[in-house]
Amino acid sequence: MKRSSVLNVADRNASVQILDGNHAAAEGAKLSRVQVVAAYPITPQSPVTETLSEFVEEGNLNAEYVAVESEHSALAVCTSASIVGARTFTATSSHGLAYMHEMLHWVAGTRLPVVLACVNRAIGAPWNVLNDQQDSISQRDTGWIQIYARNNQEILDSVIQAYKIAEAVYVPVMVCYDGYILSHTEMPVDIPSQEDVDRFLPPYKPHTTLDPAKPRNYNLVTLANPRVNAEGVLCHGYMEIRYLLQEALQNSRETIARVGQEFGELFGRSYAKMFWEDRLDDADIVIVAMGSLAMEATVAADMLREEGHKAGVLGLRVFRPFPKSDLVKALKKSRLIVVFDKNISYGLEGATCSEIKSALYGSGANAVVRNFIVGLGGRDVKARELADAVKKSLSSMKEGVLNNEYPEWICEI
Amino acid sequence: MKTNAVNLTETEYVLPGNRLCPGCSVSLAYRHILKALEGQVIVTVPASCLTVLHGMYPVTSVTVPCVNTPFASTGASATGLIAGLKALGRTDLTVLAIAGDGGTYDIGIQALSGAAERQDDFIYICYDNEGYMNTGNQRSGSTPLGAISGTTPILGKQQNQKDMTAIMEAHGLPYVATANASYPLDLYDKVRKARAIEGTRFIHVFTPCPPGWRFPFSDTIRIGDLAIQTGWDILYEVENGAFRLTSASASVARKGNLRPVREFLVEQGRFKNLTEEQINQLQDRVNARWQRCLDRATDLS
Repeated sequence: MKRSSVLNVADRNASVQILDGNHAAAEGAKLSRVQVVAAYPITPQSPVTETLSEFVEEGNLNAEYVAVESEHSALAVCTSASIVGARTFTATSSHGLAYMHEMLHWVAGTRLPVVLACVNRAIGAPWNVLNDQQDSISQRDTGWIQIYARNNQEILDSVIQAYKIAEAVYVPVMVCYDGYILSHTEMPVDIPSQEDVDRFLPPYKPHTTLDPAKPRNYNLVTLANPRVNAEGVLCHGYMEIRYLLQEALQNSRETIARVGQEFGELFGRSYAKMFWEDRLDDADIVIVAMGSLAMEATVAADMLREEGHKAGVLGLRVFRPFPKSDLVKALKKSRLIVVFDKNISYGLEGATCSEIKSALYGSGANAVVRNFIVGLGGRDVKARELADAVKKSLSSMKEGVLNNEYPEWICEI
Repeated sequence: MKTNAVNLTETEYVLPGNRLCPGCSVSLAYRHILKALEGQVIVTVPASCLTVLHGMYPVTSVTVPCVNTPFASTGASATGLIAGLKALGRTDLTVLAIAGDGGTYDIGIQALSGAAERQDDFIYICYDNEGYMNTGNQRSGSTPLGAISGTTPILGKQQNQKDMTAIMEAHGLPYVATANASYPLDLYDKVRKARAIEGTRFIHVFTPCPPGWRFPFSDTIRIGDLAIQTGWDILYEVENGAFRLTSASASVARKGNLRPVREFLVEQGRFKNLTEEQINQLQDRVNARWQRCLDRATDLS
């Protein structure tokens, strides 16, 4: 196991280490003092589980580590452990996340603050272990908050914030980061001290636990309509419970912003916004992307700027809840929005593009929106390709083509 | 001390009146299971007839804490409860996972096998009504040869049941037992014993199903008993590898008066299309299994 060089930062209780994304995620979980970890190995997530089991075995993390026999069980263990009041963590990728699908719904429906690291990987068939974001995007509608990290620092910071968010709003949080591009790439990561993290993230105090002294029955069969209980009080039906989950996701925007700001005040890195902006002030061309792809887009924006185009980047950090109104504000000056998606909603377009279009509807904005599908199954995405795609969009705009029915693909067909 | 009707605790954890079918043996079994655990338990239940017993929100018929968990996840849910309790320093509670034969033999076997291999500290009870009775009687891995079900409607099932208890024993568990709802005190004593043991404990409970097996609601106890008297179901326990016949099965073994399996079969509509050849096959299977038990039972005098 790698133990990388330590550079001390004198003025803060933190140390900078050279970490890959998987170690950053594991460090984030450790600093969050997770109490139950259940995970099943899958490429490229495996080092997260190995690192956490090492932390537990060497006594540096006081947690129950459960080496389960499947991802479905991993999330089932986290669910039940969370119900009795433990802070829980799991990590997976691709097929593992797909195998968890049923439990993803179950965790959100039970309103448990479970945190999951999704190391984004393509999904088969055919087999492919490299990066795209089809796995987590396919789980968009399971009721989880989804955060996409752009670098390894954001992975660590997002895991810690995820607990504070989840435990405030009782919605599970998925912290997504790109397989290999982040998971296996080392970069400097500022690791906060345990003391500072403890100050930021107090121990989990569940509002409800399971105890024979006060028996409760979780997730009974629930009819569509409200029903009265034994005391004659009308209780929610299934539909009201669904409404409350949606309401919690809607309202979580404020919590995410507050927690991000608080994090910034303590650690010097603010996450008060659901997306980050690069040169949007004067940009009339905006590139939109998520995760590490948005970082690549900033290089494309440099190239476009050199050629005289006023290009900027909007890096979407929080995908659920979708920051509709803030996005509209940020995009209102743009005349061209180019959305790059590392996923595809088959038969339509990239998911991010659909979301951006839906946010713009009725806002009065009349920017042209273009969508390119890139980087599936680990296909390398070059900044030059992104810049060329933007220029191609510009020239077709001049020819009067406003919107394409389907996305374009940057591939050999 | 053996439990009898006089010294059995009067405290009830399953309240009178629940949504199960009339004559359902699952109510009876569950009632005695929870009595044996004295309410100091957290239960996890997958989709099954027991979900129906537990009631519909916001009303439940049980007075112990419970989580409902997706069908395939019972074993893992038990692991999670134990891991969570351990992380929080609570060691006074028993975790009980209880599932039907579909949830155990079929969709839940992976999670159960994983938890058993890890020797996670909980009691797993499979109540076996030999089919997917909650969804209207479809074939499961426990449905017997020749039985008519929703998905073997004309020809009857063409395969034998699997021996789930033997599969669980092969995990090297500290305690494995069988029980029968018609012998609730034997079940009670086995749950009491299991409660005091550490590691994964597995108990198989034979639970006759009047609508699924097609016999009158009033005959549940008699059908369960016939299963014992004919050797269709055998009461035993294996404690740290030591095998012992118990209760009525020990008595049948001592007296050597095993009755023909036909007596059990003819009482049930599900077996109405059995051929003579199938009856012989079933009898041979029962004989072989019974003999294996006699061979293993070292305490028969």
